[in-house]
Amino acid sequence: MTAALHTLGVAELGKAIASGLTSSVEATQALLARAKADTLNAFLVVDEAGALAAAKAADARRAAGEAGPLLGVPVAHKDIFVTEDTPTTAGSRILEGYRSPFDATVVARLKAAGTVSLGKLNCDEFAMGSANENSAFGPVRNPWDATRVPGGSSGGSAAAVAAQLVPAATGTDTGGSIRQPAGFTGVTGIKPTYGVCSRFGMIAFASSLDQAGPLARTAEDCALLLSAMSGFDERDSTSVQKPPQDFHAQMLAARTGASAARPLEGLRIGLPKEFFPAALAADVGGRVRAALAEMEKLGATLVDVSLPRTELSIPVYYIIAPAEASSNLSRFDGVRFGHRAAKYDGLLEMYKKSRAEAFGAEVKRRIMIGTYVLSHGYYDAYYLQAQKLRRMIADDFQRCFERCDVIAGPVAPTVAWKLGDKSDDPVAAYLADIFTLPASLAGLPGMSLPAGFGEGNLPVGLQLIGNYFQEGTLLHAAHAFQQATDWHARAPSSF
Amino acid sequence: MATTSKLIRGYEVVIGLETHAQLSTRSKIFSGSSTQFGAAPNTQASAVDLALPGTLPVMNRGAVERAIRFGLAVGATVAPLSIFARKNYFYPDLPKGYQISQYETPVVQGGSVEFFVGDQRHVVQLTRAHLEEDAGKSLHEDYAGQTGIDLNRAGTPLLEIVSEPDMRSSAEAVEYAKALHALVVWLDICDGNMQEGSFRCDANVSVRRPGAEYGTRREIKNLNSFKYLQQAIDYEIQWQIDLIEDGGEVQQATVLFNPDTGETRAMRTKEDAHDYRYFPDPDLPPLVIAPDWVERVRAGMPELPRLMAERFQRDYGLPAYDASMMTQSKAFGAWFEAAAKASGQPKLVANWLMGEVSRRLNAEDKDIGQSPVSAATLAALIGRIADGTISNNGARQVFDVLWSEGGEVDALIEAKGLKQMSDSGELERILDEVLAANAKSVEEFRAGKDKAFNALVGQAMKATKGKANPSQVNELLKKKLGS
Repeated sequence: MTAALHTLGVAELGKAIASGLTSSVEATQALLARAKADTLNAFLVVDEAGALAAAKAADARRAAGEAGPLLGVPVAHKDIFVTEDTPTTAGSRILEGYRSPFDATVVARLKAAGTVSLGKLNCDEFAMGSANENSAFGPVRNPWDATRVPGGSSGGSAAAVAAQLVPAATGTDTGGSIRQPAGFTGVTGIKPTYGVCSRFGMIAFASSLDQAGPLARTAEDCALLLSAMSGFDERDSTSVQKPPQDFHAQMLAARTGASAARPLEGLRIGLPKEFFPAALAADVGGRVRAALAEMEKLGATLVDVSLPRTELSIPVYYIIAPAEASSNLSRFDGVRFGHRAAKYDGLLEMYKKSRAEAFGAEVKRRIMIGTYVLSHGYYDAYYLQAQKLRRMIADDFQRCFERCDVIAGPVAPTVAWKLGDKSDDPVAAYLADIFTLPASLAGLPGMSLPAGFGEGNLPVGLQLIGNYFQEGTLLHAAHAFQQATDWHARAPSSF
Repeated sequence: MATTSKLIRGYEVVIGLETHAQLSTRSKIFSGSSTQFGAAPNTQASAVDLALPGTLPVMNRGAVERAIRFGLAVGATVAPLSIFARKNYFYPDLPKGYQISQYETPVVQGGSVEFFVGDQRHVVQLTRAHLEEDAGKSLHEDYAGQTGIDLNRAGTPLLEIVSEPDMRSSAEAVEYAKALHALVVWLDICDGNMQEGSFRCDANVSVRRPGAEYGTRREIKNLNSFKYLQQAIDYEIQWQIDLIEDGGEVQQATVLFNPDTGETRAMRTKEDAHDYRYFPDPDLPPLVIAPDWVERVRAGMPELPRLMAERFQRDYGLPAYDASMMTQSKAFGAWFEAAAKASGQPKLVANWLMGEVSRRLNAEDKDIGQSPVSAATLAALIGRIADGTISNNGARQVFDVLWSEGGEVDALIEAKGLKQMSDSGELERILDEVLAANAKSVEEFRAGKDKAFNALVGQAMKATKGKANPSQVNELLKKKLGS
């Protein structure tokens, strides 16, 4: 069944391998061929030898009687996760040639579950960006329209999944970096509650916001991956001390009073009025409302709610994230690893030249903003004030969750924009993060699922936000929607 | 507590200390690497210590427990919630580009330390004590034109103990530092090894005219011996007074002490002070110390020096000063108590420990655990003084041998013939002979010359070859002379 292997999702491929219809090696070979032919610049490294060895090992584990939905299934990792087997760059020249002596926890857990890593995926430098144009290794293209951006920062992950180069990929989300590219490329992605996935081995951008999550074709595939990726890790003090969760089972659990026709019976979906402003692009607004109408048909009820500080989440985020980033990126100093200027006169110049040469413009911009807002005399006015507002934004969500079970809205105000459109105007790009930032600041789980196509036949994403640890509720709703619709099953024609 | 300060050239000296005590955990504060001193460079630096991308800090509970111990020992508030913060600055031996420390909300808040200067009791209030990680070391020698970086020390747990500016002389600062040193060693939270940098002080020094506002302070960094602490402060005081007397103004500065020249030299002034951009470390949740954790630590605490000293006063009748001396270390206290119990002569034991024993220990740079004379042996010797077998003088001769060669107390007394004459019949016979042979002195004494009596005592001691108990000789002579 070689021909169609790349069209299979995680669950399907896992079943095909389990039933002997195909093998991990066969699937891996088929996908490696596609990954090597990647025209989107999604892959930074295709690890052919490593993938084949891992596929052989997975097949051997199957042969030895081991089972598991992910055993032998190919995936690929955002290059923000450190890996032993391949270089890790975080999309930056400053880490060119760097080889981690250990795997990120997320990578190690997926390895243990038997997934086969095909390689590393392009992303915005240090995950800073929402178009994947900030990678030192060139922009990633959107498989639906190669002149468009795939979103970011997990742009390589989203593009690779959408183009069927790999059934699923890991991503990270700091202010929307899983949800927004998933929305722009028509795939499904989930950012769990802060602390559900270990950050150990995830190169830090903004530590209090960074969360790992999967991007895949379906909610079911995301559930399978998230179950394997997540769980307490003693090496990350912010990881949540909860027993491992079976998100797939949570996704399948029927709601009380639900029927086959009305699986979402009793689910109250809150629609914050701030997520549907007059300025919202008509195609996006239209598709999102149509998807919500579909959910109503499936038994959900729609409730009007308000997140009054939605707009403030932009300045709050663009103070807190750069503040943390400015400190997190201090370790890239040319002393122990990574790029060091070839010529310098003294220590200070070594620092200045090494960092000036190897960091990109957006990274420098955020380091400067972050340094400024933490400086003596500005800390109270910026950083502290932003922290207070962050708390208020989280409180706003709790007030909403008194009246609804999930919150829904668009992932982004528009469909994917043209390459270069916002690259000279960072503030315009920041403003486009408006709908994903609030959940990030509150640490809430959020997901993006395909809701149809807008202008230029480009995908539109529906965002669902749950209360803390309600990933199961989100996945259940998304799965029910995907059982009733086929937006998620569409693939770009040229792939 | 001292109520008056001794002025120096008309100025009052104000000193506060910041002390870094390296906590005696086996592994580092945020990683699993060993903290052993002296390993080959960078052999004890893990991925976390090297700040490799993706690594995260994980709090070592052993370090927290030691901070709690300290807090309880100094009567401080152990904060139920404290915050780790990042102190940002670039330096090659600071791998992350920031040091994890505590800034606004430290783990130990308040408390005090008591000590003696001479026999004057002092109390210094503590501002706080906070947990932080040490940096690595930059090695500027041996690398012609380059700097070597050893990250073995990076991430070593430190407790930074900050005092209020309560000290008024270098002597007070030194005694405070010694008391603090003794306390952290007593509590088993720090090995106290000053050569290896396990205990080092920064001294904030300023001078002012009595009654005036605090003067501008200069901070002398990294003093790792009590001697340097004293020398550095003394030099700094004179330097500041000279400057003011010459019409200058002290500028806030960080200074280094050079032990070779005995001088302090400014490293950086306030103008080029770093902006450390402190902010709460998002990698570490607030440190929560529940009351039951504090209680568990409290239950495992040794008897504190202050309480032991009070007990020594109460149970053994020691004066306050002696009790404080006997509790200079846990080992010292145990040694004293063993000898006091065995001999039943606590005050004599204290005298010997403060006198003969301390003198020899100091001369040989030993601590009580290395004393060649055991508590039991000293107790036996003191027992022989108390029961009149030997004189103090004789005991010192025995002690000399015990210290340098060892041996058994009674055997040595016997061998050296130091036993005092305890048979009063024998002594009376000798005294009769002395009186008979010194009729002139007897006559003079009877005529009212007190000096003559002393001469008779001297003759008697000579006749007994020093073995008589002088007080017994006195008593018998007086009786025989009918006075």
